[in-house]
Amino acid sequence: MSVDLLAAVVTAMTLAATPLLLAAIGEVVTEKAGVLNLGVEGMMLIGAVVAFAATSLSGSASVGILSAALAGAAMALLFAVLALTLLANQVATGLALTILGIGLSALIGKPFVGTPLPRLPQLSIPGLSDLPFVGPVLFGHDALVYFSVAAVFGLWWFLEKTRWGLILRAVGESHDSAHAIGYPVIAIRYGATVFGGALAGIAGAYLSLAYTPMWAENMTAGRGWIALALVVFATWRPFRTLAGAYIFGGVTIAQLHLQGHGFDVPSQFLSMLPYLATVLVLALISRDATRIRLNTPACLGQPFKPAQ
Amino acid sequence: MIKRLFKLAAAVSAVALLAGGAVAQDKLKVGFVYVGPVSDHGWSYEHDQGRKAIEKAFPGKVETSFVENVPEGADAERVIAQLAQTGHGLIFTTSFGYMNPTLKVAERFPKVKFEHATGYKQSANVATYAGRFYEGRHIAGLMAGKMTKSGIIGYVASIPIPEVVSGVNAFTLALRSQRPDAQVKVVWVNSWYDPGKEAAAAKALLDQGADIIVQHTDSPAPVQQAEQRGALAFGQASDMSRFGAKAHLVSLMDDWSEYYVARTKAVLDNSWKSGDVWGGFDSGMVKLSAYSAIVPKDVVELAETARKEIMAKKRHAFAGPIKDQSGKEVLAAGKTLEDKDILSMNYFVEGVQGQIPK
Repeated sequence: MSVDLLAAVVTAMTLAATPLLLAAIGEVVTEKAGVLNLGVEGMMLIGAVVAFAATSLSGSASVGILSAALAGAAMALLFAVLALTLLANQVATGLALTILGIGLSALIGKPFVGTPLPRLPQLSIPGLSDLPFVGPVLFGHDALVYFSVAAVFGLWWFLEKTRWGLILRAVGESHDSAHAIGYPVIAIRYGATVFGGALAGIAGAYLSLAYTPMWAENMTAGRGWIALALVVFATWRPFRTLAGAYIFGGVTIAQLHLQGHGFDVPSQFLSMLPYLATVLVLALISRDATRIRLNTPACLGQPFKPAQ
Repeated sequence: MIKRLFKLAAAVSAVALLAGGAVAQDKLKVGFVYVGPVSDHGWSYEHDQGRKAIEKAFPGKVETSFVENVPEGADAERVIAQLAQTGHGLIFTTSFGYMNPTLKVAERFPKVKFEHATGYKQSANVATYAGRFYEGRHIAGLMAGKMTKSGIIGYVASIPIPEVVSGVNAFTLALRSQRPDAQVKVVWVNSWYDPGKEAAAAKALLDQGADIIVQHTDSPAPVQQAEQRGALAFGQASDMSRFGAKAHLVSLMDDWSEYYVARTKAVLDNSWKSGDVWGGFDSGMVKLSAYSAIVPKDVVELAETARKEIMAKKRHAFAGPIKDQSGKEVLAAGKTLEDKDILSMNYFVEGVQGQIPK
C-alpha cells in the first residue's frame, strides 16, 4: 500500500468517524447523568436538515452549525419535558423522538432536496498541511473534526477532574443521594440531555455540510443507532468512545477499499465487518465485568420524582 | 321507537349519499405505490413525474394518488389492497419487491388493472414494464473509454441483482471497445440509497486511481465526491449536473411519462390488455440528460451515433464475442445475447475487478 493511499484511507476514516464521535460524546454526557435518550437518530436528522437550511439561507456555515446545535438541543428539551418532568417512559419517548425527527426533518427539508451546497472548508495550516502523509492526515480537516477530538478531551477532563463532572456522575449513580445532599437532580439532567441533543445536532450538521454536502431524507442511515451502541460498548468512557468511532470508521472505509481491489470475500460480509470489529474490540478492551458495572450509571433510564 | 326510526332514516340517507357519491364519480382513479420518498431525486421521483404527466394529459378525466415509502413485503400488500378498495381503476406498483403482493391483490380485484415495474410475472389484470437501462450504460461506457486517462473506472454498485450486473457488463464492454486495457473497479454498498456510504465508496475508488465514477445508486453523493476531487462522473436516474459542474458528463435517466400516459389512455378507452414491455431508448423509458459542456464534440458525436444505432436496432450492447472474468467465452462473435440471458445475468465480463456477492 503506497503512502498516499494509506493517507487517503486514514483521512477517509477520520471523516467517517467524526459524526459518530460527536453524537456518541453527547450521549455519554446524557447517560452519565442517568438519562437514556434513544432519540439520537432523530436529533441528528433534525440537526442535518436545519444545518443545511440555515447554511443555504444565510450563506454561512457557522450559522448553520450553530442552528443545528440549537435545533438538536430543542429536540432534546422536548424529550426532557416528557421524560423528566412528566415522567414518561424514557425508552418509548426516545423512540418517539426518532420517529418524530425522521418525519419532521423530511418536512423541513422538502424545499432543499436536490440543491447543492459548497463543502465546509478544510482548514489549511501553511507549511504543516503540505507535509507528506502527516499533512493530509493531521492538518487537512475541517473545523468540526478538530472540535470532535477536542470534545473527547474536554469531556474526559470535565468528568474526571472537575467538581461539576463529579456532581453529574453522582446524579447518574444515585439520584436519591444526590437529591438528599441538595443537588437539583432534575435541572442537572435537563442540562445533560440538552447538551447531548446539541452535540447530536452538530453530528447531523457534519453529515449535511461536510460528509455529503446536501440534504436527503433519512440521510443519517442509522448512524444515530451506531453512536448509541458505541456509548455502551465503550462503557461510557470518552477515550474508548473515540477508539470505537475510529475503528468503526476505519473498517467501513477499509472494506470499500478491499472491494475495489477485487478481494474475494462476499461484500455482504465486508459490510458487516465494521459492526463486528467494533463490537469485538470494545468488548475485549472492556471485558472486566466489575469495571463495566462500575462505569455503568446505576440510575440509567430510571425516572426520578423528588420526595416532597 | 321514534328514536330508532330516526336512526334508521339517518343510516338510509347515509347509504344513499355514499351511493350517490359512487355514481357521480366517473373519473378514473389512478394509484401509485413508491418504494422511496418522491423527493429522492432518483427512482421514485421519476415515477412521480410520470404520475404528474398523467394528470396533465387527461385534465378532468383522471384523478391520481400515491403512497410513498412503502416497504416491500406484507405492508405493500395492505397498501395496494387499500388502493384497490377505494375505487382505483389502475394501480402502478413501482418496485421489484411488490411483485407477489401485486399479483395477490390483483386476484381479489379482477376488475382493477395493475401495472408492476421491473417484475417478470403477469396475469390477466397485471402487466409488467421495465426499462432497458443497460442501453444507457453502453453509451456511458463508450464516453468513458474516450475520456479516461488512468484507464481505471470506479463503479458504485447497489444490490447484486441481474439489472445491476448487466449494467456493469454493458458499461465495461463498451468501455473496452474504446480502450481495450481499461479496468472497472466495482464496489457494492448493499443499499439503493445511503448518501454517506455512496460517498465513501466513491472516495475509496478515487483513492485507488479511478478518474471516472459511475453509480447505480440513487443519491448524488458519488457525483459530488468526483466534483470535489477533480474527477469525472455519470449521473443516475435524474439529471445530477447541479451536483458537479466540472465533473458531470451526462446522466442516465428513466422516464415513465410516455408509458404511463399510454396505459391510462388504454384504460379510459377500454383497450387495456396485460402484457410485458421492456423499453429502451426507442420507447422513451431510457433517456440521457443534456451532455455537459466539458464533453468534447467528438465524444458527443460518438455517443449520439451509438444511441441512434441502438434505436434503429443496428447496435446491441451485448454483441459477441463476450468473455467472462475468467476469460471463458460466453458468447461467440457475431451473436447478440437474448433478453432472457440479460434478465438473468449473474457473471461479470472480462475487465471488471470485483466480485458479485453470491
